[in-house]
Amino acid sequence: MTNHWNDIANADVIMAIGSNPAENHPAAFGHITDAKERGAQLISVDPRFTRTSAKADIYSPLRSGTDIAFIDGMIKYVLDDIDHNPGNYNMSYIKEYTNAAYLINPGYKGPADLDGLFSGYAGGLNETDGNKRKYDKSSWQFQLDEKGIPKRDMTLQDPNCVFQIMKRHFARYTPEKVNEITGAPVDTFLQICQTYATSGQVGKAGTILYAMGTTQHTYGAQNIRSYCILQLLLGNIGIAGGGINAMRGESNVQGSTDHCLLFHILPGYLKVPDDTDDTLDKYLERVTPKSNDPKSANWWQHTPKYMVSLLKAWYGNAATRDNQFGFHYLPKIETGKNYSHISLFEAMYSGVIKGMMCWGQNPAVGGPNANLERLALGELDWLVVTDIWHTETANFWQRPGVNKADIKTEVFLLPALNSFEKEGSVTNSGRWSQWRYAAAAGPGVAMGDLWMLDWLARKLMEMYANEGGPNAEAITQLNWNYGHEHPDVHAVAKEINGYDLTTGKLLPSFTKLMDDGTTSSGNWLYCASYTEDGNMAARRDPTPGPFNIGLYPNWSWCWPVNRRIIYNRASVDLNGEPWDKNHPVIWWQGDKWVGDVPDGGWPPMAVDPENTKYPFIMKPEGHARFFGPGMAEGPLPEHYEPWESPIKNPMSPQQSNPAFKIWRPDEQGTPDKYPIVCSTYRLCEHWQGGQMTRNMPWLIEMQPEPFVEMSEELAAKIGIVNGEKVIVESTRGQVYLTAVITKRFKPFQMNGTTVHQVGIPWHWGFTGLSTGDSANKLTPHVGDANTMIPEYKAFLVNIRKV
Amino acid sequence: MAEKAILYDATRCTACRGCQAACKQWNENDEFIPTVENGVQSVNRGSYENPPDLSPTTWLKMEFREVTPDGKVRWLFNRRSCMHCTDAGCVKVCPSGALYHHELGFVAYDKDICTGCGYCEDACPFDVPRYERNFVSGIAKMDKCTFCTTPGLDRIAGGWEPACVKTCPPDALQYGDRDQLVAEGKKRVEALIAKGWTNANLYGEKELGGLHVMYVLDDHPAVYGLPVDPQISAATIAWQDVIQPIGWVVGGLTILGLGFNYLVARANINREKEKKDAARS
Amino acid sequence: MELSRRDFLKTSGAAMGGIFMLGALNPDIAHAVTHKFLPLKKKIGEKTTICPYDASGCGFIVATENGRVVNIEGDPDHPINRGGGCAKGASMRQLSANNPWRLSKVLYRPPGGLNWEEKDWDWALTEIARRIKDTRDANFTELDSKGNLVNRTEAIANLGGSALDNEECYLLSKLTRALGVVYLEHHARI
Repeated sequence: MTNHWNDIANADVIMAIGSNPAENHPAAFGHITDAKERGAQLISVDPRFTRTSAKADIYSPLRSGTDIAFIDGMIKYVLDDIDHNPGNYNMSYIKEYTNAAYLINPGYKGPADLDGLFSGYAGGLNETDGNKRKYDKSSWQFQLDEKGIPKRDMTLQDPNCVFQIMKRHFARYTPEKVNEITGAPVDTFLQICQTYATSGQVGKAGTILYAMGTTQHTYGAQNIRSYCILQLLLGNIGIAGGGINAMRGESNVQGSTDHCLLFHILPGYLKVPDDTDDTLDKYLERVTPKSNDPKSANWWQHTPKYMVSLLKAWYGNAATRDNQFGFHYLPKIETGKNYSHISLFEAMYSGVIKGMMCWGQNPAVGGPNANLERLALGELDWLVVTDIWHTETANFWQRPGVNKADIKTEVFLLPALNSFEKEGSVTNSGRWSQWRYAAAAGPGVAMGDLWMLDWLARKLMEMYANEGGPNAEAITQLNWNYGHEHPDVHAVAKEINGYDLTTGKLLPSFTKLMDDGTTSSGNWLYCASYTEDGNMAARRDPTPGPFNIGLYPNWSWCWPVNRRIIYNRASVDLNGEPWDKNHPVIWWQGDKWVGDVPDGGWPPMAVDPENTKYPFIMKPEGHARFFGPGMAEGPLPEHYEPWESPIKNPMSPQQSNPAFKIWRPDEQGTPDKYPIVCSTYRLCEHWQGGQMTRNMPWLIEMQPEPFVEMSEELAAKIGIVNGEKVIVESTRGQVYLTAVITKRFKPFQMNGTTVHQVGIPWHWGFTGLSTGDSANKLTPHVGDANTMIPEYKAFLVNIRKV
Repeated sequence: MAEKAILYDATRCTACRGCQAACKQWNENDEFIPTVENGVQSVNRGSYENPPDLSPTTWLKMEFREVTPDGKVRWLFNRRSCMHCTDAGCVKVCPSGALYHHELGFVAYDKDICTGCGYCEDACPFDVPRYERNFVSGIAKMDKCTFCTTPGLDRIAGGWEPACVKTCPPDALQYGDRDQLVAEGKKRVEALIAKGWTNANLYGEKELGGLHVMYVLDDHPAVYGLPVDPQISAATIAWQDVIQPIGWVVGGLTILGLGFNYLVARANINREKEKKDAARS
Repeated sequence: MELSRRDFLKTSGAAMGGIFMLGALNPDIAHAVTHKFLPLKKKIGEKTTICPYDASGCGFIVATENGRVVNIEGDPDHPINRGGGCAKGASMRQLSANNPWRLSKVLYRPPGGLNWEEKDWDWALTEIARRIKDTRDANFTELDSKGNLVNRTEAIANLGGSALDNEECYLLSKLTRALGVVYLEHHARI
C-alpha cells in the first residue's frame, strides 16, 4: 500500500477491483464504512457479485482477466475529459510530477501500429519460440538532453511526448470495445468512469483497493500499472484517501517480502548478485541507478550503503574491505534464469532439487497445478515442514490414490508455535510493523521457528567448522549470536535496524548508513524501527496525529522512517501547499514541513528551485511513470487474453501476453473442450491453503466444504440443481464439488458473445477436520511475464453432472 | 433506568460473521465439536448460509438472501437471533421463571431453573428458542441468546457491550440506551430514504411492545425474512393470563402440568432431531 | 505489553456503569426480576497480539488461565480494527494449544514409510542439519561453466515466510543465503 488502512476513510471514491475487502479484509471495511458515512462512493468491479459488491454504490461485472481493457477504457474517458474540462483535473500534478511531458525515442511504435505488439519484439505474432518471446526495449527509452537528463515538453503537445503517446494508445479502448472484451454493460461502465473521474478534481481523493484478483494473471503487473496510470492522471498518488493499495493476504506477507524471501532480492529490495558480478564494486555498479538530474533524489543511489551495511550485519568482523565485505559468501544466480515458485517446482519435478525446507507454507494446496506439485514433492530426497498443523504438503506421501511405500521422500514435520505463543513483529499491508507477545504456551514440545532456525544455524556452523565444505566460510563466519539456548528476538530486531559500529549504538535512521563498513543494518528499510529510544514497533499511542487524517504516527512503526503515506510530496503544490487543505498530509510552513514524515525533507519546488527535489524519489528520474520502459511486455498496458481464453482477442491479432514463459504448452485448454472461464478465490471464513482454518470447528461450521459457484443459466445448461455434485475439469485435473447456483453469477454478454464463468474457493485439501478437493488441481503452471505470479484467476474448465 | 438495546444496520453489515463466531467464543458453545454426529453441520447446502438453523449452541446466525428487484441482483444479509421483545411470549409461558426480563429490558435466561418444557418455543413469534436433551441425565434444557448475561459470563454487568456488538468490524451492530438507538435508527432510515430507498424502515421500535434488537432496513421487513407485525398467539396469552395463575394454585394441576411438561419436552426433542436429520439428508 | 484488567468497551464514549449502580427496576417492564449475578468465570485479557490471518494487522487481546487460553477478542484501542474481529479473528481462540488437532510432537516419516514416527528435537534437527550439509556439499557450484565464481546450490529449495515473524524471516533469509540457496521463494509470489 502507498497509503494504509485507516487512510481509506479519507477517500471520496473507492474502487475495489481485483479484490473483495468485505470478505478477505473485513476489518478494512470499517474504514470503507467510515468513508461511505462521509458520502464516499464505493465501486465494486468483479466477475461475480461479492459481499463487497453487496455494499457497493455501483457494481460492474467484468470477465476474469480483462482489467486492462476496463481500466484503459477509464483512462481514455479521463484523457478525453481532460480535453474538454481541464479544470476538473490537476494538470499541474500531471505536468510536474509525472513523466507525461517526457519525450520518447521516435522509433517507438505501439500496438495500434503493430497488431498488438510494441516495437522491438524479437518474435512474430503469437510467437511460441521461448527464445523469441521478449523485447529489445531500446525504442521505449526516454530522449535525453546533452546532460543526460530526460527531455520534456511542458506543453504536452510534442507527438513523441508521453501524454500524446498515451492519447493514441488509449483511444482504442472505447466503451463499446470495453464491453466487447470485458462484458461490462456500457452504461454501468460509463457511470463508473464518471464517478471515479470526480476524484481528479483538486481536493478530491480516490483510492484503488486491489489484491490477488489483479496480480494472478499472465499480465498481473501490467494490470497494476493500468491502475497506477489512472491514479496518476487523477492526481491520486501521495494524497490522503488516495494511493494504489494492495491489500495483502497473509499477516506478514509484507514483512516476508521486505526481508526478501524471494530469489531475486536481498533484504530491503536489493537486487541479488548474478554470475556477472565478479566483484562487489561491479555488482554495485550494475545495480545502482544513476541520474544526471540534480533535482532527482534518485534514492537508490544509496544502494552501496545499504548493501555494505547488510553484509556487515551478516558477517560482522569477517566482512572487511579486503574481502569485499564478504560479498562472495553470497550465492550468485545464473543471469537471466528464473528461480521463482513455478520454476522451483519444475526443477523439483525434474530432479534438480533434492531437499526442501518449507516454513508454514502449503504448496500441495496453494500451488498452481497442485497435482503436478504433489508429484514433484515425491521427487525430493528429503522434505522439512514446520507448521502448527498437519498439512497436505507434509502428508503428500499419504494423499488419496497413492501407494505410500512407493514414495521415497523422507519427511520431517516440526511442531511450531502460533502467533500468540511467541514474540516478534509482523508488518501489515499498510507497512506498519507491529510487535506482538507470547501470551500462551504451545502444545506439547512445539517450539518457535526462531528457535529452530537458531538451532539449525548453530549446528551447521559447528559442522562446517569441524568438517569443512565448499564455501564453508559463508557459514562459519556468520555473525550469529542471539543467545545460548533460546534466541533473543530483540537482538535480532536490533540487528535488522542496525548499529553504528564505531559507537555500538543503534542507528536512528537509514540516512546514517555508510558504505565503508562502519555501520550495519540487516534491512535498511527497517532502520529506525528499533533505536536507542526503544522498540518502535511496540508503540501504542492511539492519537490520530497531525491534521487529524488518521496517520497514527506513534502507533507501532511504519517503513520507511515512519512515513505513513509514501510519495506524500505529491500531495502539495509547487509551493508546498496541500492540494486538499481539508486533508493535508504534509504542509510547508515557514521553513519546514509539518505533518507526516515527508518523502525527503527538501524544500518545495517553487520555494527553493536550487535545492528542491522531485517527489517520486524512488525513480531515478524523479517523476512517476505513465510510460514504463522497464516492463517485460510493453511500456503501456495493452489488453491480451489469458493463456486460456474462451474467445479471440477482440483488441488485436496478438492473442496473449507475448512475453511470459510457457512451461507446458500441451496443457493449454481450448474453448472447444473447456468452454467455461474459471477463477479461484477466498472466503471470509477460511484462509489460504486452509491449514489455519480447516481445523477450527467454528469456521468449518460456517463454510464446511468447497464448492463451485455458477449462474442459474449455466446450471440449466448443465442440467443441475442447487446443491448437486458436479465434476469440474481442466487439462490439468478434475475436482468433485457441490454446486452453488446463484444469481450472483451472470453470463457475460460481450457484444453478442455469451461467456460463462464459474468460481471455486481454493482453501481445501485432504488433511484436517474439513476436507475437500483442491481447486488448484485445475490451475495452470504459467505466470506473469514480470513477476511469475501464477495465472490462478483465469483459466478454462468444463463442468459435468456426476 | 434506561433500557438497553442492540441496533443492527443491515445496510452496513457485510456478513463477515464475526458476530456468529464471537457469540460462540464468548459463550463457550461448540468449542471443539467437529463431527456431524456432535452437531456441526458439515455440508454445503448450495448457500453461504450455515449452519442451517439456530440450535442450542448457535444463538446467532447470519442469513443470506439473493433478491432481484428491477432485475439487478442484491445480496441481503440478516441477523437472526433472539429479538428480546417487551411483550415476550416466552416469558409469559415460562412456568419456572427461567426466562425473565432483565432490569435493562431484554429477555435474560437462567438455564439452571429451566425445566425443558418447551412452551417458549411455541410461544416465540420469531422461532428462536432451541432444545437439547442430555441423553444421560434425561434433562432437557432450552437455549437462546442471553444478551451476554449468562451468569459467570455477564458482559453487561461488567459494563461491556455484547460479544457480537464488540466484534462487528463495520459497526453494523451498536449497543446502547434504547431511546438513543431508536433516534439513531430513525436518522439512518431518513438518510436511506433521502438516498432513494423509499421502503427503508426501522424494524422493532414498536413491534411487540418494542424489541430490544432493532433493525435498520432498506426494504420491507418481509424482504429480509422478518415477520411483518409479529404477534403472540392467543393461546400464549391465555396461558399467561388465565391458565397459569389458576393452574399453579391447584396442586393436582401442577403434577399434571409437570407430566405434560415432560411430554412436550420429548416431543420437542424428537421434532428437533427430525429437523436436523432432514437438514443433513 | 502487559495489560491489567481493563475496559473492553469498543467505544470508550459509550461506557456505562455496571447494573448495580443503575437503581430500581424499570416500571414499564412488568415481569422484570432481579438478575442473578456471578463473578466472571474467565479472564478478559492480558496480552496484546496481532491477528495471524490477513494483512490488515488487527489487534487482539489474549487472556489465559492456568496456561489455557480462555478468551481472545479485539483490542479496542487498536486504530485498525477498533475492537472488532471477523469470523476468523473472532475464532482465534481455536488456534490455541487447547485445540486437540494442533501439532504437538516432532514427527518423522522415513523413505517409503507407511506412518509417522515420533522423534525428539535433537535427533530431528541433527538429522536435518546433516541432510542440508550432505545435499549442499554434493551439489555445490563454486565456479560455473564460464568460470564465474557463483557459490550456489540449486539442490536445496526453501519455501515459506509469510506466516513467520519479521525476525524469523530475516534470519531465514540470512541462513539460506549463507548456505548458497537460490531456489528461495514464499507466499508473496503465489
